[in-house]
Amino acid sequence: MTKAMTGARMVVQALKDQGVEVIFGYPGGAVLPIYDEIFQQNDIRHILVRHEQGAVHMAEGYARSTGKPGVVLVTSGPGATNAVTGLTDALLDSIPLVVLSGQVPTFMIGTDGFQEADTVGITRPCTKMNWLVKDTEKLSETIHQAFHVATQGRPGPVLIDIPKDVQFATGTYTPREKIKATHYQPKVKGDIDQITRLVEMMETAERPLFYTGGGVINSGPAASQLLREMVEATGFPITSTLMGLGSYPASGKAWLGMLGMHGLYEANLAMHGCDLMINVGARFDDRITGRIKDFSPHSKKAHIDIDPSSINKVIRVDVPIVGDVGHVLEDMLRLWKARGRKVNKEGLAKWWAQINEWRAVNCLDFKNSEKTIKPQYALQRLEALTKGMDRYITTEVGQHQMWAAQFLGFEDPNRWMTSGGLGTMGYGLPASIGVQVAHPDALVINVAGEASWLMNMQEMGTAMQFRTPVKQFILNNERLGMVRQWQELLHGERYSHSWSESLPDFVKLAEAFGCKGIKCSDPKDLDDAIMDMIRYPGPVIFDCLVEKHENCFPMIPSGKPHNEMLLGEDDTQGVIGAKGAVLV
Amino acid sequence: MSPLNIKKGSSSHSAYDLRDPNSPLEETHTLAVLVANESGVLARVIGLFSGRGYNIDSLTVAEVDHEGHRSRITIVTRGTPAVIEQIKAQLARMVPVHDVHDLTAEGPAVQRELALFKVAGKGESRIEALRLAEIFRANVVDSTLESFVFEITGTPEKIDAFGDLMRPLGLREMARTGVAALSRGA
Repeated sequence: MTKAMTGARMVVQALKDQGVEVIFGYPGGAVLPIYDEIFQQNDIRHILVRHEQGAVHMAEGYARSTGKPGVVLVTSGPGATNAVTGLTDALLDSIPLVVLSGQVPTFMIGTDGFQEADTVGITRPCTKMNWLVKDTEKLSETIHQAFHVATQGRPGPVLIDIPKDVQFATGTYTPREKIKATHYQPKVKGDIDQITRLVEMMETAERPLFYTGGGVINSGPAASQLLREMVEATGFPITSTLMGLGSYPASGKAWLGMLGMHGLYEANLAMHGCDLMINVGARFDDRITGRIKDFSPHSKKAHIDIDPSSINKVIRVDVPIVGDVGHVLEDMLRLWKARGRKVNKEGLAKWWAQINEWRAVNCLDFKNSEKTIKPQYALQRLEALTKGMDRYITTEVGQHQMWAAQFLGFEDPNRWMTSGGLGTMGYGLPASIGVQVAHPDALVINVAGEASWLMNMQEMGTAMQFRTPVKQFILNNERLGMVRQWQELLHGERYSHSWSESLPDFVKLAEAFGCKGIKCSDPKDLDDAIMDMIRYPGPVIFDCLVEKHENCFPMIPSGKPHNEMLLGEDDTQGVIGAKGAVLV
Repeated sequence: MSPLNIKKGSSSHSAYDLRDPNSPLEETHTLAVLVANESGVLARVIGLFSGRGYNIDSLTVAEVDHEGHRSRITIVTRGTPAVIEQIKAQLARMVPVHDVHDLTAEGPAVQRELALFKVAGKGESRIEALRLAEIFRANVVDSTLESFVFEITGTPEKIDAFGDLMRPLGLREMARTGVAALSRGA
């Protein structure tokens, strides 16, 4: 059924058609007609943020924890430019978002009108696709197409810029099912010859390894299930990138922990020493590979990715498989079973013996203290006290993020929301609100550093207004911890602007927002304080004062290969050369 | 057909190209990119090149299918084999891109460029310019007593050669369209 309606009503109608339940936004002059329509309906919930960057990160948290696209509504000019960081973040982490922005009326475009910005120009490099809709007749079709593009293939953010006169004008609404198929139909089935080659290699490999990433999670829960089945059936060890945590359970037998710059010793050495690397939905990021020349020198590499441009971008692979992880894993498993479930048992036994030696190094070991709270200890306690709960974790960016990835265990996908590719400080607090909006009864904790957290702390107002009981677990070292660590290791301990002065009193800040503040500085009080946080029915700001100069280990310094990891302070003397210092 | 049974010319084949990926030698490739003729698409394609640090030696674009709203962008680019493969993959995954053809890799192709040369001079050099124009099959499209505008079509190399010859004979200005290219055969 097609019918005539205003552009503004079309926006709301199209969102309903797409099954959108919640949008994150902030009103302004150029989106007033749309806000007027939102006012007149009750199907879609609107979460009023305090800053548009917060809206995009909330939508990311929502999307990452549900698998559904997140929807954002912002006004023209500053509303749109404030969304740019979030869009870039979503692009790098492949998060499906649909962002709607207002624009000055079409007849004013190009006149430097009030709150005018070239939004499609500015957001072109940070969206998967964007559109400026100049004709109301095309609006509903564009919105439906936008949802298709955001969610199909490698997911990503899209933006639709809607001039105000297009919102006021009347046009014909085209329902979702009436849209003609777009040519954008990325292929999901992998090439069966390549999959067969990979299965043959799996049957004979002596030292195989699964290296999995965010693609497994983006592919949906069924992909994680298939991955688990595959790992259990073959007995191959598995490691994952930061983005892929939870696709295989941390309690699983074959789990080696996260790999990469701050990954576990056993995971990185297994990457270096394997003879068959099966990359499932990861992208050989520079945090993972270290020095390219010495990256896993003795392995055959297979790469499963839905995005053909990810394959052979950084690392040349032997078996490229373009397709959706879930579909490819299904074919792999079916083929491998049909061919008699063969593995190289003898080789695998030796491989596991080797891995267990590496595990015995116990690389996450740290010197605990009875006087000050070590950040690692705080996370160990948080893990112990929240284990088994319906728990979602978000993080900010820095040392605390890496410790969270090392010390918290994820049993399921979609439970871990973190800014991986872009490394956006200020991501965690709004993301936690987005997660809580999607899962009102779950325990949602943002593991934060005080410096990151301050970047979007205004969103505590949003948390209060919409009664999202998010827990802000701030590991407060009064430092920009990761910057400080690099300055210590790479810049002669000259701590240029890497400490936080004039920090607020977080307990008073919590009171000012109307939520609960908890401060803890003694390891003996920590368990009770964490339980207080968990039990409190509303938002909590937890100021956990931790050791100020703790460094995050293990660490692969920039420009070094996997087998040159630093395990602790004793390893750090003079190891990072000028070449490494140039890299980030 | 490639050894992997992937259709030649299909934009999805780039990940499977089996040339020596580690060759440090730069190659020049002519790519034909078929895109939806919508506003912003050209900017998106060019933005890919500037944003990822790829070269553009020449670029032409025009609508080639009015009813289907398709434009054809012809890009001449340079890079090592790995970079060329990456460029093709990056282009092919763009939402408004329908197809990418590597005319250099897919077999023989014809390339043509049109250029206009304004040459001013008198006496012997003017006659010499006209004589060379005849040899190069350039047309005179404007003339005064002291100048010619020549129109020439050909490969970029031919146009370069003509320009080199015109320079000492009073070359004032030139305009080039960039390369248009099609594969040979049906």
